[in-house]
This record gives sequence, C-alpha cells and structure tokens, in this order.
Amino acid sequence: MATPTVPASAPPAAPAPATAAAPASASAPAPASPTAPAPAQTPAQSLPGPALPGPFPGGRVVRLHPVILASIVDSYERRNEGAARVIGTLLGTVDKHSVEVTNCFSVPHNESEDEVAVDMEFAKNMYELHKKVSPNELILGWYATGHDITEHSVLIHEYYSREAPNPIHLTVDTSLQNGRMSIKAYVSTLMGVPGRTMGVMFTPLTVKYAYYDTERIGVDLIMKTCFSPNRVIGLSSDLQQVGGASARIQDALSTVLQYAEDVLSGKVSADNTVGRFLMSLVNQVPKIVPDDFETMLNSNINDLLMVTYLANLTQSQIALNEKLVNL
Amino acid sequence: MLRICQGVLLSGVQVVLKIIKHYQEEGQGTEVVQGVLLGLVVEDRLEITNCFPFPQHTEDDADFDEVQYQMEMMRSLRHVNIDHLHVGWYQSTYYGSFVTRALLDSQFSYQHAIEESVVLIYDPIKTAQGSLSLKAYRLTPKLMEVCKEKDFSPEALKKGNITFEHMFEEVPIVIKNSHLINVLMWELEKKSAVADKHELLSLASSNHLGKNLQLLMDRVDEMSQDIVKYNTYMRNTSKQQQQKHQYQQRRQQENMQRQSRGEPPLPEEDLSKLFKPPQPPARMDSLLIAGQINTYCQNIKEFTAQNLGKLFMAQALQEYNN
Repeated sequence: MATPTVPASAPPAAPAPATAAAPASASAPAPASPTAPAPAQTPAQSLPGPALPGPFPGGRVVRLHPVILASIVDSYERRNEGAARVIGTLLGTVDKHSVEVTNCFSVPHNESEDEVAVDMEFAKNMYELHKKVSPNELILGWYATGHDITEHSVLIHEYYSREAPNPIHLTVDTSLQNGRMSIKAYVSTLMGVPGRTMGVMFTPLTVKYAYYDTERIGVDLIMKTCFSPNRVIGLSSDLQQVGGASARIQDALSTVLQYAEDVLSGKVSADNTVGRFLMSLVNQVPKIVPDDFETMLNSNINDLLMVTYLANLTQSQIALNEKLVNL
Repeated sequence: MLRICQGVLLSGVQVVLKIIKHYQEEGQGTEVVQGVLLGLVVEDRLEITNCFPFPQHTEDDADFDEVQYQMEMMRSLRHVNIDHLHVGWYQSTYYGSFVTRALLDSQFSYQHAIEESVVLIYDPIKTAQGSLSLKAYRLTPKLMEVCKEKDFSPEALKKGNITFEHMFEEVPIVIKNSHLINVLMWELEKKSAVADKHELLSLASSNHLGKNLQLLMDRVDEMSQDIVKYNTYMRNTSKQQQQKHQYQQRRQQENMQRQSRGEPPLPEEDLSKLFKPPQPPARMDSLLIAGQINTYCQNIKEFTAQNLGKLFMAQALQEYNN
C-alpha cells in the first residue's frame, strides 16, 4: 500500500536525538498551576514548577476505559505479517484532575532496524471522521504494543507532540512478559545537564480504570467467558440474572464469613475498621414489624401480579384482533 | 439461496463496549444512536467483529454526506486489517420502543442487499438496571416477500399470512473472546475495584414499571383508534353492498316494467363507477403497533418475574431476621 510517510531514520547512537527537545521547548512557557488568590498582605507568590515542556495537563493520573484496551488487543491480533507491534492514536478529554482516554484507532506503520514510517495522512483522516461523531474528543497521545520503549518510540512521540500538547504514551504488553499483560503510561520529560544537549526520558504515570455504569455491567458479563471452556457465553434472561447476581453476593458474603472465622480463631489479627464495616453490614437489614412487612410485601406482589395479568390480557386481545381482521 | 442464519457471534469484546460507550456519550433521552456493524459470515453464523458509530443528524449539517462518511470509514479500516464487510446495523432504544416504520424500512434495505444482516437493539435503560440487554432481530422471510412487492394492502398481507408475531425473528447472540482478550480480562479484574453497585438486586422498581405501562397505554390507544377506523370501513363497505343490491333490484324492476310496456330496457350501468368502494385502511401500521405492544408486554412480564423473585428473597431474609 502506498503510504505517504515521513521516513525518519533513528541515529545509531543511543542517546535520544536532540531534535526531540526542540518542539518540546517551543511549548515551554509553563502556565503556572492556578495559584490561590493571594490575600492582601502576602509576599510574592511561589515560583512555578520546574521547566517541564508544558505542564502535564491534570496531575499524574490517566484514566482508561476498557474499550481502549480491547481495541488495542484486537488490532494487535490483526497486525500485518512481520510487524512486531502496532501503534495508534489515543483520543479523549482533558480534565483538571486527570486525563480520560475514551477512544482510539490504530494507524498503519512500518518499522525496521533503522527506519520508522508512520502514515500521518491516515491518522489525520481518521481523526476527522471520529470528530464528526464525538466532537469533544482530542488527540491525547499514542499507544504501542510490546513491553519496551524503543528508539523509534521517541521519534513517534515527537510526531505526536506536534499534534497534542504533551502527549501520553501507552504501552500494552502483548508479549506477556512475566506472565502478565502489563499496561503502562508515560509522558516525556526533559533530562540532562541544563545548557547542554537535552535528552528525553519517559516518566511513568499512574493508570486507573474508569467505567461508566453500563460499561461495568457489560464488562462483568464479558468476563464470564474467562470461565467457560470454549470461551463462549450467551446472554441470560429473567430469573437467571437474578440468580447470578445473588450468587455473586453469596460469594462475597462467604469471603466475609471466612474472614470473621479467621479472626475468631486467632489466625488473622482483628482490624477495627473492618469490624465497623461488618457491623454496619449486619445492621443494614432493616428491622420492620412483621405485620407491616407482610402488608408491604403483599401489596407489592399484588401490583406485580396485576401488571402481569394486564400484559397477558393485552397480548391475547391483540392476537384476537389479528384473527378477526384477517377473517 | 436463502441461508438460514442460526445465530450471531459477537466475537470481539469491543463491539459491545463500543456500543455502550457510544450511547453513553452521545445519546440523550429519547434520541436514538445508530451505527454500522462490520464482520463476516461463517457457515451458518454471522460473526460481528467491529462496529463504528454514525454521527447524528443535525439540522445545521445539511451537507453532511452519510454515504461518504461510511465509505471513508470502511476504507480506512481496511488499511488496518479490520473486516470491512457491512453486515448490519445497531440502534439504541428507549424502553423497548423500536418497532417503527423507519426500522422496518432500513432493515429491509439491509437485508435485501445482504441476506444475513441483523439489527442489534441495545437497551441502555435495561442495561443500567443490571444486565446487558442486547438483542438481534431480522425480518422473517414472509415479511421480506411482502416488502419486496411494496404492497401493503390487506389482501397481500392476508395471503402472506403474517401476524404480528411473525414480523421479526430474534436471533440468539453468543459472545466469544480470543485468548489474548481473556488475559486482558483477568488483568482488569485484578486491577479494578469490586463493583459496588448491585443494580440488579434493587427493589425500587416502580418508576421503571410506570414508564413502561405509560408507553403501553399510548400504544393501546393508537391501536383502538386503528380498530375504530377499521370498523367504520367495514360498516361503510357493508352499507355500500346493500346500496348496490338495492340499486340492482330497482333496476331489474324497472326493466321488467319497461319490458311489460314494450320499451327497450335501460342499459346496464357500470355499478362500480356509481359506487366507489371505500379505501381499505393501511394494515401495515396496525401490524407495527401490534408488534410494538407485544414487545412492551414481553418486557413487562420479564421485569415482573424478576421483581417477584427479588421480593421473595427479601421476605426470606426478613423471616430469618425475626
């Protein structure tokens, strides 16, 4: 495929190229974090933080949605023959306290020993298309599979720093080093002796997972495939779901019970906070006078039965209507 | 020939998650969000491997070209080896009201082009209550025939023997994950906190039930109006028959009189020109309404079944406490 690319050759020497520093310093004037309004008599305000290439927008926390990770793994599974890893763009929103990554798309690229080519045209087009659907999403950075940060990463990072202020780099370890798929996020910072050539270092950030409520429920359902032999599940219905939810609560309760037994038999030392939680748990079952509860229960059951009856009645009515009309 | 589609395989966690996310971010209230499903057909199953959302229609975006957007998206996705075969579409729904003319038309055009295509209906409100509600529907072959003819008159529908239960058929959905995704799931499970909201076991349900019943009542009202229209039509036809009959009899009498007087009989006039038969009411709309009422009733019954279970559990807990 003819990709209009910008072949950038990585210098053979190890330290990161100085060019990375240039666009970074262009966005250097660090707008100081909103300092508190000084009361009348205070002396001069504190100096802004160290000269990072633009402050990292929103502290050091990156919030990821699971849909991103699923897409990354999926594009890794679909990579071209011979490609060791895949890269792509991360989209999302920036907030005062954190950066939330909500969407991503993969970008075709070619990588060899001494050359990296990224299809920037494609990246721009895709971003335009995505913007039509969700106009609030901005380019936040990029992701790559694989467990290491290579020299090529630095170059790609430089490209992305032209698109977004202080881009985030996310790595997803699909080669399962240490038997786990580690997910890490980095931002680049300058390092080195001031006044001389500056190098670039990737500093890690904390990754947290954010869910919408409905997303949580979807993920819970999908997690069940971990337990089935051929990784297949169907969507359950009706009382099965209630049964499933109660089974989950039963599991949680048995864990709690186990803990209580351990404490009683002295295996585990008692912890006061946990004890307080246990007490509030037991007291949560409301104490209602049995007669009152009976009346409440019966009225609720009556409501539900009436609604079921009405629904059935309606269904038979329309079936009857159908038959009559077709006579 | 028609291959009967046995089931839908959602291979790809991300289809489900993307649909959920799309609604969460872009859908408000009663507006529907839509998108396209991509995948391939494997033997007798439809595999859906990816999807992308459709931007919503806004009035100030008159020059927005949907087809172009779709083409661009599919071309770009092909570059990254994602299946770019169009196999269906998805739509969100408000309390289960999705049996509309628009849906029928869209699904018909999809199914006409690709035989196995389905429409995935995602119910966000039901999902928020605790269990993922995602259903796949296709039009039955009988309905396809009728739509092809574009003939929605009563005779055609009667000939096709279509009842409201046979309009849409539900296709069972199965979710399958690859091994790598399973690894990812284990990771997530370790890292994320235990879900602290057990929505499914909540007993406070009257609001939801109330809304459902409200929608059902509206539909039933529409249905009864439709029935009234149909009844007036029947009455008009029978009245007309009578009139025709009377006219014919009078004619015959007159003719006999004339014959007895030796005059030529009056020409037989074309009855159909004199008595125009009234228009039979459109049957498609009432079929759709009936189908919608059916869906509402199913939803309500499912809901009440769950709630009854929950109530009995609460009762057991209370008895134990006492």
